[in-house]
Amino acid sequence: MTAIDTAADTGSDKPEKKSRAAKAKENLTSPWATGAAIVIAALWTIPTIGLFMTSLVPGTRYRTDAWWEVLLDGELTFANYSSVLFDSFGDSSTAPPLLGYVMNSVVVTVPSVVFPLVLGLMAAYAFAWIPFRGSSFLFVTIFALQVVPLQLALIPLLRLLGPQNLGLAGQFPGVWIAHTIFAMPLAVFLLHNFIAQIPSDIIEAARVDGASHTQIFFRVIIPLSLPAVASLAIFQFLWVWNDLLVSAVFGSSKTYPLTYPISSLAGSYGATAYLVPPAAFVSMIIPLIVFFSLQRYFVRGLLAGSTKG
Amino acid sequence: MSTLAVGGPGVLPMRGLDSQFWSTQGSNVTLAVIAIVAFVAVVALIMFGADLVRGRSRDKVQLVVLVTPVLALLAVGLIYPAFDTIWISFTESVREPDPETGINTVTTTFAGLSNYVYAFTDPTMARTILNTLLWMIFVPLLSTGIGLAYAVFIDRAKGEKVLKSLVFMPMAISMVGASVIWGSIMYNYNQTGDQTGMLNALLVLVGLEPVSFLTVQPWNTFFLILILVWSQTGFAMVIISAAIKGVPPEMNEAASLDGANAWERFWSITIPSIRGTLVVVVTTITIATLKVYDIVRTLTQGRNSTDVVANKMFVLSFVEQRQELGAALAVILFAFVIPVVIYNVRSLNKVKETR
Repeated sequence: MTAIDTAADTGSDKPEKKSRAAKAKENLTSPWATGAAIVIAALWTIPTIGLFMTSLVPGTRYRTDAWWEVLLDGELTFANYSSVLFDSFGDSSTAPPLLGYVMNSVVVTVPSVVFPLVLGLMAAYAFAWIPFRGSSFLFVTIFALQVVPLQLALIPLLRLLGPQNLGLAGQFPGVWIAHTIFAMPLAVFLLHNFIAQIPSDIIEAARVDGASHTQIFFRVIIPLSLPAVASLAIFQFLWVWNDLLVSAVFGSSKTYPLTYPISSLAGSYGATAYLVPPAAFVSMIIPLIVFFSLQRYFVRGLLAGSTKG
Repeated sequence: MSTLAVGGPGVLPMRGLDSQFWSTQGSNVTLAVIAIVAFVAVVALIMFGADLVRGRSRDKVQLVVLVTPVLALLAVGLIYPAFDTIWISFTESVREPDPETGINTVTTTFAGLSNYVYAFTDPTMARTILNTLLWMIFVPLLSTGIGLAYAVFIDRAKGEKVLKSLVFMPMAISMVGASVIWGSIMYNYNQTGDQTGMLNALLVLVGLEPVSFLTVQPWNTFFLILILVWSQTGFAMVIISAAIKGVPPEMNEAASLDGANAWERFWSITIPSIRGTLVVVVTTITIATLKVYDIVRTLTQGRNSTDVVANKMFVLSFVEQRQELGAALAVILFAFVIPVVIYNVRSLNKVKETR
């Protein structure tokens, strides 16, 4: 307490200068910290650059030469990309091209982002602003479900969606439903945190004016929660696009997204291993673009999801 | 479920982009568009339908419309399956030809704890469980530790945003992608000839022996763990960095006026102020770590004693069709999470009480 009082006593202009000076001094006196930060930044960046460079190594030299040797010879080529995307990707030359899997990823991802967002927003509004019996119990239950490993639900859910019951497993709708279910806890929780912060005057004024819940949902909640919806959309997009488990369990060769053939081929270490780096890079490009262009929303969502708990 | 994607039943064209390829893609995209339009239309119709209700029941009807989809999906798709999995884990199914007809029939019987006994006594399975515990300990500790160090080092440094993005970037990369990056680029090992893997080339450059990172026991598990650390550190760093910025600067200024150096201020001011955040970060990463099977699946398929419960669960349940054992492993995974669940619910209740 006394320390804070002293700081306040020294006046408002001085601490500013002092802290700057202290900061500068601290930076100068800790070359170790700067060095460590540089090492970490390098370790977190170089592997991805290495992947890109390796993706340009022609198949004939992949086994014997490292990318920097090929680079020095000037033999790096984008040919791998066109052969992977348009000819075939797999153990044999009869394997289907990667472009089909790119399309599958898109077809799997877009509905799997839209469905949980819409349903989650509806429930989040109810939990945040409509008092009803059991509301907090249900909300705590949903919150707790966030941490249940989805492995616990896979076998029965596959039986439920499988040929003996709904017959949706192995089809796109089955994959969408599975993704929607698994996204629900985080979606409701994140959106609830955001919607609960809308000033109560706004909602109460609307209620006094006789607006129904439906009207409030469309006229107040949706417009005001767009930033949170954006955060969650990016979240869910990255999760679904990068997912392997749900697609492997609930999908089939008709629906497999990019991650599936890449994982299979990377693990087989066969003669076509040189196709893996370009394919992996293709699978990373769209999420990286989304991530870098919308990083602000993504970080906001992360903070809302993890610090309010 | 086959382990290879190639050679499906003629769903994708066998080579190149022929007309069948485009008709398949066309119908898939159409299906997705129709699904989204139909979904939004149905939801909007039901919502407006509920708005036509007059009188006192209107609020109730609308409440039901708002919460039912989520509650039903969770009940049918998550809660019931969770209990069913627990039940399945105590059963055993035997496939035998019927003595009269000779047709194979599957009979399911209660098996008590036999699946669990097997999971903990079979040496391969016990090793798998031990590996998962190692992942659970090291991934959260290393990710949070490195993320914290980095967040502190670059706090208010020049180009902080760019420096953050560099470490945060792996968050956008799938576990499969991260596995390829590390398995094929960093950890690659050649028995003969030049080393093409970046780490091994570096080792050779400084005069050391190259290492077969993915087969050398017991370190290979640790090398796989580092891949997830690489992926999760950005998450820890961003959350912790925001918490550090929330620490009132007056506290640090006052402490430095009192003669505390950077190290002392870090331990006596920064760490206590962000303790809650650190707990949340460690908790979140611990839970995420348990579920990760992609890395092991992509790089080793569990060979050389690298298996983890999440991967073994997948293989047993969906490749080898031994779902009872797979269910037991899923329950074991959940058992690892339970203490975390209890802690989280408690802290949420505390937050609600203080509101």
